[in-house]
Amino acid sequence: MTSPSTSIATSSASRSGLAVDLTGLTRVYGSVRALDGLTLHIEPGEMVALLGPSGCGKTTALRILAGLDEATSGSVWVGGKDLTGVSANKRDMGMVFQAYSLFPHLTVLDNVAFGLKLRGEGAGQRKARASEMLELVGLAEHRDKYASQLSGGQQQRVALARALAIRPSVLLLDEPLSALDAKVRVQLREEIRRVQMEVGTTTLFVTHDQEEALAVADRVGVMNKGRLEQLAAPADLYTHPATPFVAGFVGLNNKVPAEVSQGTALVLGSRVPVLEGSIDAGPGVAMVRPESVTVTPDAGGTDRVVNVEFLGPFSRVHLTTGDGVALVTQMSSSQARAFGAGNPVTVGVEPTGVLVVAPS
Amino acid sequence: MNRPSASNRAVRSVLLVLFALFFMFPLYAMADFSTRNLIQGGRTLDAWKSLVADDTLYSAITISLALAAFTVVVMLAVLVPTMIWVRLRAPWAKGMVDFLCLLPLTIPALVIVVGMRGVYEWVTYFFGESTLTLTFVYVVLVLPYANRAIDAALSAIDLQTLSEAARSLGAGWTTTIVRIVVPNIWSGILSAAFISIAVVLGEYTIASLSGYQNLQVVIVQIGKSDGPTSVAASLATLLFGFVLLSLLSLLTRRRRHGVQGQGVEDSAVVAALSTPQLQGGA
Repeated sequence: MTSPSTSIATSSASRSGLAVDLTGLTRVYGSVRALDGLTLHIEPGEMVALLGPSGCGKTTALRILAGLDEATSGSVWVGGKDLTGVSANKRDMGMVFQAYSLFPHLTVLDNVAFGLKLRGEGAGQRKARASEMLELVGLAEHRDKYASQLSGGQQQRVALARALAIRPSVLLLDEPLSALDAKVRVQLREEIRRVQMEVGTTTLFVTHDQEEALAVADRVGVMNKGRLEQLAAPADLYTHPATPFVAGFVGLNNKVPAEVSQGTALVLGSRVPVLEGSIDAGPGVAMVRPESVTVTPDAGGTDRVVNVEFLGPFSRVHLTTGDGVALVTQMSSSQARAFGAGNPVTVGVEPTGVLVVAPS
Repeated sequence: MNRPSASNRAVRSVLLVLFALFFMFPLYAMADFSTRNLIQGGRTLDAWKSLVADDTLYSAITISLALAAFTVVVMLAVLVPTMIWVRLRAPWAKGMVDFLCLLPLTIPALVIVVGMRGVYEWVTYFFGESTLTLTFVYVVLVLPYANRAIDAALSAIDLQTLSEAARSLGAGWTTTIVRIVVPNIWSGILSAAFISIAVVLGEYTIASLSGYQNLQVVIVQIGKSDGPTSVAASLATLLFGFVLLSLLSLLTRRRRHGVQGQGVEDSAVVAALSTPQLQGGA
């Protein structure tokens, strides 16, 4: 179900880094198939995000790549080498965990230098490299502190520096931002992306937050029930969802009755093009993005505003059509001031491609 | 953080003094009795001198100290890796391990001695008749205390994440345990060690029933003929335990940078402080 994107890692393919290939990974826990034949190729230097609801297998995939979990079948290749049977400590991968993972008994500098010490680097070299990494994440002045003296965001930045200090073949990020508050999350994800671009390490980023995945990754893979539903560049994923699950999981969606014929669909009175993967003909359900729904005040209209949800810079307007279809649209809050609950309006849909699936 | 009010502080001080008096009084009585010259009156340090001068007592002291040291080494070597392994790789076995570790508390010493007889025929066959073979029983005997202390310390850290982080950075299992886990459960290991020392130094029943001469057995024997010396030996044991535990408190407090586990240490110290008295009374 993966659609090869035309814009694979155009921004980072040129940098150093190793290609990662997961082939036919399956992981069975008792009667649960956590991973069901996952095949994933990551270009050298590329950042791929695995996105999906909890229990979809994304973390299992990352842990198998890290060597912290064993696949029931399938193999792991990095830079053309088969790592399937290699133990975690010999894989040379840097990892940032969801839980705070700094060693509490070591200073920030010693934490970052730990991996280098294990590799037998001299004290001077270790210190220089660790300082350089701390510089990279902007925490050079905290080098002598302990984890307990740092904020959550700072701890995760140190963890990132520690993971990168060993010049890993692959960087693995296991929901590194989940434990942080909203503002820090946004800052840190930008920082992670900046650092990753600078260093050029091939990166697998696991998250359940679609905004996070879409914002930082070269490509996003949406997972469901242990399978990869679609792997594509963020914009492609959003505008051309390949399956109903992807359309439903990424972004809000309105489910509107539609009639398909000759490659177009009749949705809310307009003819719009249909996307690949849609049904060929007949009645169906169109997945319409809130920003594709248009609404105009109309004293004689049969559609109504249900309520206006103020969300700061923008607002969400809940609507119901004369036929009783519930819709959500999104607009700037200044535009939304024109609407109030109960107002008669006319709704329509912009002529962008929609995915139309068979009615369930 | 509220500062305690003056009256609050006064109540606290009074309670502290009362409890100190309550606990110090028997110790004072022991000190007084052990320095008394029973025949000529006045004061003498003869009883304290014979701690070293009396060959039987002196060898009993060294044997008990050696027993304590061996017990701690074997206990830590067995328990620490096992508990780490169970938490990481076999969480299903945790209940069983906890149960096994608690068993020695529920089984009377007499039953342990009788039960051990068969095993000890082999132990003495391989290791000879030395009193030091008591190490094997004592390792079992200290399991409940040591298990609690180490378990509390392990619960206070995110063992799985820390060890996975260490492994992803290139550490093998031994390195992970020695360089990452042990330093972070150091307070628990110290507690386990010191509690075990206190238990071993105070152990009487098993040694006596098995016919071995450890410190407590000899103290009881001497008590029958020379009261002051036996009391001096008891007091010395108590003071030694007290010094050890104060050391524990000091060490752990200085080592930790206010990271975690303070409550763990304190409760362990309290538990350990209460054991020598209990055991001494046996």
